[in-house]
Amino acid sequence: MREAISQGLREALEQDPRVFIMGEDVGAYGGAYAVTKGFLTRYGPKRVRDAPIAESVIVGSGVGAAMGGLHPVVEIMTINFSLLAMDQIVNHAAKIRYMSGGQVQVPLIIRTVTGGGAGLAATHSQSLEGWYASVPGLKVVFPTTPYDALGLLRTCFKEKNPIIYCEHALLYGVRGQVPDDYYDVPIGQAEVKRPGEHVSLIAYGRAVHIALQAAQELASKGVQAEVVDLRSLRPLDTEALVASVKRTHRAVVIEEAWETGGFGAYIAYLLHRQAFDDLDGPVVHLGGADVPMPYARNLERQAIPDAARVVATVRENFGL
Amino acid sequence: MQLKEDLSKTDMVHLYRQMHLVRVFEEKCAEAYMLGKIRGFLHLYIGEEAIAVGVAAALQPQDYVVTHYRDHGHALARGLDPRRVMAELYGRATGLSHGKGGSMHLFDVNKNFMGGYAIVGGQLPIATGLALASQYLDEKRVVVAFFGDGALNEGEFHEAMNLASLWKLPVLFFLENNLYGMGTHIDRTYAGGRDVYKAGDHYRVPARHIDGMDVLAVRQATREALERIRHWEGPFLLEALTYRFRGHSMADPVEYRDKTEEARWHARDPIPTFRKYLTETAHISEEQLEQVDVEVEQEVEEAARFADESPEPGPSALWEDISAT
Repeated sequence: MREAISQGLREALEQDPRVFIMGEDVGAYGGAYAVTKGFLTRYGPKRVRDAPIAESVIVGSGVGAAMGGLHPVVEIMTINFSLLAMDQIVNHAAKIRYMSGGQVQVPLIIRTVTGGGAGLAATHSQSLEGWYASVPGLKVVFPTTPYDALGLLRTCFKEKNPIIYCEHALLYGVRGQVPDDYYDVPIGQAEVKRPGEHVSLIAYGRAVHIALQAAQELASKGVQAEVVDLRSLRPLDTEALVASVKRTHRAVVIEEAWETGGFGAYIAYLLHRQAFDDLDGPVVHLGGADVPMPYARNLERQAIPDAARVVATVRENFGL
Repeated sequence: MQLKEDLSKTDMVHLYRQMHLVRVFEEKCAEAYMLGKIRGFLHLYIGEEAIAVGVAAALQPQDYVVTHYRDHGHALARGLDPRRVMAELYGRATGLSHGKGGSMHLFDVNKNFMGGYAIVGGQLPIATGLALASQYLDEKRVVVAFFGDGALNEGEFHEAMNLASLWKLPVLFFLENNLYGMGTHIDRTYAGGRDVYKAGDHYRVPARHIDGMDVLAVRQATREALERIRHWEGPFLLEALTYRFRGHSMADPVEYRDKTEEARWHARDPIPTFRKYLTETAHISEEQLEQVDVEVEQEVEEAARFADESPEPGPSALWEDISAT
């Protein structure tokens, strides 16, 4: 996965002189998660820019540079730190095109690492992507496989809009096939990662892998779960979600983010609105525990949905 | 004021004309607001005209302007069409942003006027990024970033100053110090004392302070700062001391200011002061200036008429221009 993202960035740097990378420790250090390792030597300090720890000006100068004709990739080391840049992301990047009546474009990619599970406690483990997905003017993508990571990134570079490109710290090691021939993955298109007829497990980010694991366990009990990966939170592929529910008549929406006000709750609402007659029972929303993320391993495990919880949820709610 | 050798009489009359245009335009806005034709917040630039006009006179067409929500003066001085500015304030389809930005968010890319921003300090990182683009693309454009004294205490000011200086970006940070952040005096909000321009020292940004009520001083100082920036010496901070004659917005009855302080500043009104200079020192006739006054008033009336007669945006505009396709 790490290599797929890295490849996407290298391709863009090589193909488009307007592309540059800016962020904390993206250069000499090689990126906090080593995605841009070796980039500084290869592309030089004009294209790979180590910035001060100052998130607002990292994003804001990315916005300005985008307005000035460049296509910046800014890295916010983790989504938790994006809160320091929220003014630039929400008040400016997302709105400049609209407020200017379409005069100004902001082609900006904000790469950031989201999610918990690594023992980093309350301020380094949040899943805030759903907040950004609620903002008109932003696009939010979240790949879960190397194939999607590269394919979505290629599409991001064709966009003229600000995009939040989410990476999960625990997915960098995920392996998968990436074709040698060019392909891309459209933004706003969900994908069925595993077909099934009894229940839809709708997820994004690391929860997709949890859902896949749960589906495997369910299969051993004769339950065929369909795993749908959002891939994009905004724009959201509502059609694909509804189509899946029409096939299975049951759905669990799984995410790491807090259940209260969670993005998954919105998906559950959409399914109730748009597929009510096809449902055999209410859509279940399985999110992270409504607590600040604890440090201790056993407590953290309780706070994040895992495959066993998904399996239990399916069995309890749908009698499968 | 001393006679400026590098300015023709025509140039000087133009400076007067632009200041008067901003003043009359803003007065018309206040009137339209009272009639309910302009809604929301309306922040008038009355009293501060010498700054926008002095700066605009020193800029090249390719330079970028980024500003805050008190942006009509900067827009008009930069040469944005008063009719389209007024139509924007009226929320009409013919407005610069088709009525979707309003008073606080004027944009005109054709004039490299890259927006009014209404979150205090938020425009400064953006200005820094435009300067980065100029440097990256070797365009030699300078970015002028207007901000008020209220923004001094925002983290974004410090982040932007630091990055601009670190990377030697071509930004003119232009501080319009009107002494009040909304209703609170700078002495009660800023620990750095009245020598505010020294805020540049910490970031090794060269800085000066000037009289913001003197259009010629503003123009001259801006020219010198821009000259320095254009030679890639990095950013510059100019502080112009000024005063807003009206409230923070139309909703502000200005009960927090001392009347004698107000009177002292009103006596330094940049427009009559400059007019006096033009007639007495530069020997420009009263008749000529009266003619300018009449033209400006007609132009503003025409802008208001244009806005009034323009259609509202169609309902489909609600969903347009959110994302580029």
